[in-house]
Amino acid sequence: MILLRLFFEFAKTGLFAVGGGLATIPFLQDLGARTQWFSDADLTTMIAVSESTPGAMGVNMATYVGYTTAGIPGAVVATLGLVFPSIVVIIVIAGFLQKFRQSKTVDAVFYGLRPASTALIASAGLTVATAVLITVGGLEEHLFTVHWPALLLAVAVFVCLRYTKLKKLHPIVFIGISALVGAVFRF
Amino acid sequence: MSIYLDLFLTFAKMGVCTFGGGYAMLPILQREVVEKKGWATNEELTDYYAIGQCTPGIIAVNTATFIGYKYKGVPGGILATLGVVAPSIVIITVIAAFLTNFADIPVVQHALVGVNACVVALIASSVIKLGKSTVKDAVTSAIFLAALVLAFFVGLSPVILIVCAGVVGYVARRLVKLSGGGAEK
Repeated sequence: MILLRLFFEFAKTGLFAVGGGLATIPFLQDLGARTQWFSDADLTTMIAVSESTPGAMGVNMATYVGYTTAGIPGAVVATLGLVFPSIVVIIVIAGFLQKFRQSKTVDAVFYGLRPASTALIASAGLTVATAVLITVGGLEEHLFTVHWPALLLAVAVFVCLRYTKLKKLHPIVFIGISALVGAVFRF
Repeated sequence: MSIYLDLFLTFAKMGVCTFGGGYAMLPILQREVVEKKGWATNEELTDYYAIGQCTPGIIAVNTATFIGYKYKGVPGGILATLGVVAPSIVIITVIAAFLTNFADIPVVQHALVGVNACVVALIASSVIKLGKSTVKDAVTSAIFLAALVLAFFVGLSPVILIVCAGVVGYVARRLVKLSGGGAEK
């Protein structure tokens, strides 16, 4: 019953991995070591593909592992397993939240929590920014090197998004054009 | 179009447009769910991200479940979640079957650097939009700055940060109320 096992293993990952897709990696490493379904080298490929294709990374990883292990049914079952705990936990919390929406205490807690949540998103953006725009180390005489073309592109997109009429365009348009620019100019 | 079909398709669209983790989904969420459909406000999105980071499961999925549930109850939560993962199942299965060296193709790598540079700009713009409704006085500005430094430079766990910020917010409100004369007592 490999499908049942896949569902169970990924439900466990979904239940214990708190945070983004990166949080699932240690669980997947452990899964590979225990079951021999895939090697560490396979996992490296899966991470690379998951990062470079559309879709949330954690979901992509689950689909990939599932497919490698048991074909298309495996891909479906592993993904459903991963999201199953989220659906249950979040629906319970959302129901609870709706009930206490009017409470002054809940309101006061969210008043403090919202700027922190905004900061965490900003921090995630900074992490992507440093990973893409700056190479730490590299040449000996420099502490870090800036990836100028990528930085220029990021600034150009930002200016368009904030200060021009182009901000009406769907974000995917900017993503598509940026992919093209990256491919053509060999970023 | 049926409301449920609309919910599923909207989230499937988000699954297709997201490159990276749950944070990269934020600009698309703002456009589709806040600006276009009106299913949630910017404040609510911030709440969902806050809770989504402290609860089991990956952020993108948690946020999708939240919005779907708020809009159409339990079936809504389930459909939004299935919508957001559906494109992954199709795309990854195709790549895993035919293109295992996908990520090593040079043109893919170059394009991805472009995509990530764009995602940085999109997140920056989204954070500014969120900040307008979440960072509005001295207390919230202080929480924002402290959390940013602790998260990015110190690498403190998001769970601890969110819990502490909630406590600070609560205490700050109590203090304001007390110094305001306690008229409500």
